Amino acid sequence: MEKLVIAGREFASRLFLGTGKFDSNDLMARSIEASGTEMVTVAMKRIELENREDDMLKHIMRPEIQLLPNTSGVRNAEEAVFAAQMAREAFGTNWLKLEIHPDPRYLLPDSTETLKATEQLVKMGFIVLPYCQADPTLCRHLEEAGAATVMPLGAPIGTNKGLQTRDFLRIIIEQAGVPVVVDAGIGAPSHAAEAMEMGASACLVNTAIAVAGDPVAMAAAFRQAVEAGRMAYEAGLGIRTDSFVAEASSPLTAFLDD
Amino acid sequence: MKISVNNKEVETAAVSLSKLIEELSLPLQGVAVAVENRLVPRAAWATYALSEGMKIVIVRAACGG
Repeated sequence: MEKLVIAGREFASRLFLGTGKFDSNDLMARSIEASGTEMVTVAMKRIELENREDDMLKHIMRPEIQLLPNTSGVRNAEEAVFAAQMAREAFGTNWLKLEIHPDPRYLLPDSTETLKATEQLVKMGFIVLPYCQADPTLCRHLEEAGAATVMPLGAPIGTNKGLQTRDFLRIIIEQAGVPVVVDAGIGAPSHAAEAMEMGASACLVNTAIAVAGDPVAMAAAFRQAVEAGRMAYEAGLGIRTDSFVAEASSPLTAFLDD
Repeated sequence: MKISVNNKEVETAAVSLSKLIEELSLPLQGVAVAVENRLVPRAAWATYALSEGMKIVIVRAACGG
């Protein structure tokens, strides 16, 4: 299997893991191990002075694991830049999962603010992996702004609905010059395998593993699915999925001179 | 003096950010500190003087996707 390279760093595993929603830090740590992942997301929260909890970081810090702090909780680019600076300080890494979703009902990313924040954060030396809409035009803009990957959603966060955006993911994968990580919505190993067969570079999974009956076994299942999907993609699928291009319904004659 | 830490009033004898971190027995790693919504880098904690009513935010790692 070809190695994944993001911002010059090699990853042997194409499965990224989120750390939310596990019943315990121990279960999370064992799931991370079973998944074989080398990229793990973490969030930040305000310390509660009266309620000291177990430090979750010690459960995930391993030499092979790249921490990917997220900006969850921010509502716009300005807050994202502040959160990014806090994350860099707290975790000692420039890597950042940029996520700006001001709407708590659907948690859909705000494209305008995400692009604006990407432009600023790249200039500040961050390695920016933006969570974004499965919008091929937006993904091009994010890439031009210097994003290290694009991370389009398959379906809204935590819904486990799979690749609802598959036709758009396909266009994004075809056009992208940076790795495409399918983030959000992947609810079953078959969804992850499908994304990888389509040519996605990696999958980011959290809920589907964390809320499984046996998260450790599910992490192992996702590991195999991502590997199988990638191997199939590299082997060249015998069955070609439908290819399509848009057909104009309006005249494409220029009304402005070049 | 009284300062605000994560929106809670705290009475402290600390004169600098690093003394405050010590007083609150917070870990030195895995946390970040902002004063009036501006990040204060770790290297500046020792010389960053506290003053009455200062608003301080301290964050640490949490689980998240």
